[in-house]
Amino acid sequence: MLLESVASPSMRLLIVEDDRDAAAYLMKGLKESGHVVDHARDGVEGLALARAQGYDVAIVDRMLPRLDGLGLVQKMREEGNQVPVLFLSALGDIDDRVKGLKAGGDDYLPKPYAIVELLARLDALVRRRQPEQIQTKLAVGDLELDLLSRSAARGGQAIDLQPREFLLLEYLMRHAGQVVTRTMLLENVWDYHFDPQTNVIDVHISRLRAKIDKGFADQLLHTVRGAGYCLRAVS
Amino acid sequence: MRFLNLFRTTAFRLALVYLLLFAASAFALIAFIYWNTAGFMAAQTDETINAEILGLREQYTQQGLPGLRQVIIERSAGGGTGLYILANADFSRIAGNLSAWPDVPMGQGDWVYFTYDRTSPGETERRSARARHFELRGGFHLLVGRDVHERREIEDRIESALFWSAVITLGLGLIGGLVMSRNVTRRLDVINRTSRDIIEGDLARRVPLSGANDEFDELAENLNSMLDQIERLMSGMTEVADNIAHDLRTPLNRLRSRLEVTLMKPATEQEYREALEGAIGESDGLIATFNSLLLIARAETGEARENFEPLDLRAVLSDIADLYEPLAEAKRITLKVVALKPAEINGDRGLISQALANLIDNAIKYTPEEGAVIASLKLLDEEAVLEVRDTGPGIPQAERDHVLRRFVRLEASRNEPGSGLGLSLVAAVARLHDARIDLGDAKPGLIATLRFHLKD
Repeated sequence: MLLESVASPSMRLLIVEDDRDAAAYLMKGLKESGHVVDHARDGVEGLALARAQGYDVAIVDRMLPRLDGLGLVQKMREEGNQVPVLFLSALGDIDDRVKGLKAGGDDYLPKPYAIVELLARLDALVRRRQPEQIQTKLAVGDLELDLLSRSAARGGQAIDLQPREFLLLEYLMRHAGQVVTRTMLLENVWDYHFDPQTNVIDVHISRLRAKIDKGFADQLLHTVRGAGYCLRAVS
Repeated sequence: MRFLNLFRTTAFRLALVYLLLFAASAFALIAFIYWNTAGFMAAQTDETINAEILGLREQYTQQGLPGLRQVIIERSAGGGTGLYILANADFSRIAGNLSAWPDVPMGQGDWVYFTYDRTSPGETERRSARARHFELRGGFHLLVGRDVHERREIEDRIESALFWSAVITLGLGLIGGLVMSRNVTRRLDVINRTSRDIIEGDLARRVPLSGANDEFDELAENLNSMLDQIERLMSGMTEVADNIAHDLRTPLNRLRSRLEVTLMKPATEQEYREALEGAIGESDGLIATFNSLLLIARAETGEARENFEPLDLRAVLSDIADLYEPLAEAKRITLKVVALKPAEINGDRGLISQALANLIDNAIKYTPEEGAVIASLKLLDEEAVLEVRDTGPGIPQAERDHVLRRFVRLEASRNEPGSGLGLSLVAAVARLHDARIDLGDAKPGLIATLRFHLKD
C-alpha cells in the first residue's frame, strides 16, 4: 500500500525552526502532504504566531534564537495554549526527550528524522486531541477488541492474542486509518526508545496479521511502503 | 631570591605561626613561674623586715633613742643578714652596720632598694639590699633592711635566661621552619615542575616518588594514576576518531558515488527514483551508525550514571526476549529464557535493554536455522550473571577482546547490515555499569556473559 493512499486530514501547522533550509524542505514536504504551514524563525516570533492563530500542531525546534524551544512551549502552556507540540531536536538524549515532554511537549523527534515519521506523528497528535470518551470496545470493520475482557474477535470468531499482541492491536486500532511507524510502535507498545538492529517490529506485525487477517477476504492490517503500517477497513 | 620565596610558602607560614604560638606559651609559662617565685621571695624579705621593725619599735617606745641605739649596735654585731643604720637629721651615721646612709631618695615609711659596700677582710663588695625608712622624733632617721644580693642575683639570672631562651627558641624555630618548609616546597616543586612539563606537551612525564611512602608519595601516586587514566582515554579517543572516520566515511563515499554516477548520464525517471531511494537507504544506515556511535560515546562518559535506578534484570530480559521471540521463530530458532529469580541492580533501563537487544539480535543473526539461543540469568556470589549463548559460528579467540573495544567491529562484519557496533555498545554499557563482560566458546557458538553487581 502506498503512503498517498492513506488520507490524513489537512492540518494547520506552525513550524518554529531557525535553520532556513531545513524549514524550507520541511514546509515543502508538509505542503505537498496537503497541510497549511506557517513558519517562525525564532521563539519570540513563534510565540506571537501561536497567540494570534489557531493551529492543529506546532512543530518546535529545541534550540532557537531569542526564546528557546522549551521556553516557548512553557510560555504557551502558561498562557493556556493547549496546541499539541512536537519537538524536533538535534539533541537526541533520553534526558532531552524527558525535558521536552516535561516542558509541555506532546512528542519528541530527534533529528535527523524521516518526513513520513513526522507526518505520522503529527496525524497521531491531532487525532489524539479529539475528545476521547472512555471506550471499552474498539472496532475496525468486523474486527472487535474488548478492552475489559481483554479479548479480540473478527467476524464473531475469537482470536487468541498474547498480552503484547493485544497491546499492539489496541494501539493500531486506536490509530485506525492512520499511518503508524515502527518507531511509534516500539515507543508506545514496548516503551523502547532505541532502534533495534533488525526490524523486529515487522515480525510482530506479520504474526499479528496472521491472526487477524488470515482466512478473511479483506485485509485490515496494511504495510505502508517506506513508512509503516495502517490498520483500516475497506470502506 | 629563593630564600624570599620561601617566606611565601604555606609550609613556612604554618611553621612560623606555630613557632610564635609555641614561643609565646613557653614565655608565658616561665614568666608565670618567675613572677610567682620572685614575688614570694620579695614578700618573705619584707615580712622579715617588718618583724624586725616591730621589735625595734618596741625598744624605741620603751627606752627611747638610747635604747634603740643599743639594740642596733647589738644586732649589727650579730653578723646576720639584717642591715641597720640610725642617723642624725643630716643623715650622718650614729649606729648600725651600714657605713653610710645610702644615697637613695626616700620618705617616711618608704620601701627602697639600694646598694651598699660590704667590707670583709681583704675585699670590698658592692651588694644589693632592701630596707624600710623611718623618721623618728627629733629628726633622726632609721633604716632597717636586709641583704638581698643573692635573691637579686637569682632574679637577674632568671631574667636573662628568659631573654636568651626566647631568643634561642625564636632563632631555632625560624631555622627549623625554613628547613621544614624548604623540604615541603622541594617536594611540591617536583610535582609542579612535572605538571608544567605535562601541560607543555610531555604527556608521558610522571611525578617521581621519593620512596618515603608519605602523603606526598600518595599524592604523586594518585596524580600518576590519574595521568595514566587520561592517557588511556586519549589513546582511546584517537582510536575512536579513526574508527568513526572509517565507519562514516565508507557509507558516505558510497552515497556520494551513487548520486554522482546517476548524474553522469541522462537516466529515466525510474532510474532516478531508484538512485534517490538508494541514497535515502544509505543515509538511514549512516544515521543508525551515527546514533550507535553517539550512544557508545555517551555510555563511555559515565554521564548516564545520573539516570541509574533500581531495576530487575529478569524483567528487562524477559521484555527483550518477548520482543525478539517472533524473530527467532521466523528463523526457526529456539529462543529460551532461563531466569528463575529476580535480580535487582542499579542501572539505566534503556541502555541495558539495548545492550541485551544487541546480544540477542546478534545471536539470532549469526545462528543458523534450527539453532538455539539461550538467555539465562543466575545469581552467583553477590553477582547477577547474565548469559546469552548461541549455536552460531562464535568469534575466534584472537578477536574476542578486539570486538569489545570501543567502536570496533569485526572487519568481516563491516559489510553486513546494521551498524555492526553491537558488541562495542554492549561493552560500553557493561563498563558504565561496572559489570564484567566475557566472550567465550560454547562449542559451537558464542557465550556472552555479563556480570553485574547486585544492588545492596
